[in-house]
Amino acid sequence: MTEFLMPSLGADMEDGTLVEQLVSPGDPVHRGDIIAAVETQKGAIEIEVFEDGFLDKWLVPLGTKVAVGTPIALIRGSDAPDAPQPSDPTPPAAPPELPDTPDPVVPPAPPGEPVPTPAPPPAPPPEMTTGARQRISPAARRRAAQTGFDLATVGTAGIISLDDIPDAKADTAPEPLSAMRQAISAAMTRSKREIPHYYLSDSIDLTHAEDFIAAHNADLPPEDRLALGVLYVRAVALAARKFPDFNGFFEEDHFSPSAAVHLGMAINLRSGGLVAPALHDATEGDLPALMARLKDLVARVRQGRFRARELSDPTITLTSLGDRGVAGITGVIFPPQVAIIGIGTPNLQPAVIAGGVQPRRMAQITLAADHRVSDGHNGAKFLRAIIKHLQNPEQL
Amino acid sequence: MTDDPIYALLAEHLRRVAPEIPIDDIDRSADLRDEFDIDSMDFMTLITGLGKALSLPMPEADYDQMRSFDDLLGYLRSHTA
Repeated sequence: MTEFLMPSLGADMEDGTLVEQLVSPGDPVHRGDIIAAVETQKGAIEIEVFEDGFLDKWLVPLGTKVAVGTPIALIRGSDAPDAPQPSDPTPPAAPPELPDTPDPVVPPAPPGEPVPTPAPPPAPPPEMTTGARQRISPAARRRAAQTGFDLATVGTAGIISLDDIPDAKADTAPEPLSAMRQAISAAMTRSKREIPHYYLSDSIDLTHAEDFIAAHNADLPPEDRLALGVLYVRAVALAARKFPDFNGFFEEDHFSPSAAVHLGMAINLRSGGLVAPALHDATEGDLPALMARLKDLVARVRQGRFRARELSDPTITLTSLGDRGVAGITGVIFPPQVAIIGIGTPNLQPAVIAGGVQPRRMAQITLAADHRVSDGHNGAKFLRAIIKHLQNPEQL
Repeated sequence: MTDDPIYALLAEHLRRVAPEIPIDDIDRSADLRDEFDIDSMDFMTLITGLGKALSLPMPEADYDQMRSFDDLLGYLRSHTA
């Protein structure tokens, strides 16, 4: 006879609540069978048995919280006297050296099942401790919860297993990360793991830049108008060309500055996520030509029609919150690039000019850069150069 | 309302920039760009399309009269009447 103990499912687990008993006294059990579910801080976790034999009895009532190491059931070896298998000529002997304490590892999920730990902790159903109840495997319970399946329609005979619950519809199953989110996750995780970011910020007075755009657009049809964003593009591109430590690729422990500035434009997608394809040679051409290329890029991205080169070529990225965002954004560098510029939504702010206070259109600008390649001193000069360009739009 | 050609045109151009937002669900007196979650580039596309379709200059100086769906609809009607 072996005591089946409340297992430790992690160093931080002190106790657990027995919420499901999946076999009845007298039932055969086999090494690896899930025989119980325990509610822990990490959720309901299925517990497997470590030997072949029969369940003699449960020692802990359902719904009881017990400390790790507490015996919760008794397991008999397969040769137990009342085992209803007299015709079996050579019942296997009980395994000689069963551990008293199961290994403190999370038991592997049964085949085809999601790993139980990350599941949100479902509250133990109230009927667990009252009256007649169904015995439901955790997997079946999860599927029923996902699909809204009424467990009462199954009855209480036997253990309700996954097979008893109609399959989840595709749109109700927990969805894996979309390809978009996986891609963002991979790039941003790598960035946060590998790139020692440092951050600098300042505010820009965009009053003059906005006036410049308004004056330029006043007599033009909508298709020929400029957006403030095109000034951001050109200002960042000109500064990046002058400060090569922020424009290029860091690969294999080596930084290669780029002569051309292919400015990654962070563009959000209505379907979720964002991409940051390159506006190639952003220093070249006049502002109307640059604006036309920017509009073309945004339109194609929104329709999911950008080119592979546009995704691989950016040498530095610009992320702008537009005119309906919030005050500031601190970007995460897109590897193998080494810098990202963030520009917040311009706001009317009081500014001190020549000793007097005036309302001005101000925006926050932030540089996140790679400390393997540059330092704050040079970063500040780079940021100042962008600001200076934005305050002299006639020269862009 | 839906047999109004100006309304239909506006609805069609909004569908192009914000295809997933049903016009029946928006607050027609609230900020158009918030209701349709469109940025300045989308708004420029919208104004360009409407201006071309109706041969209207749609100057930036008039953007304040195009803040909400109802504002924009009224603007288009009054300038095409």
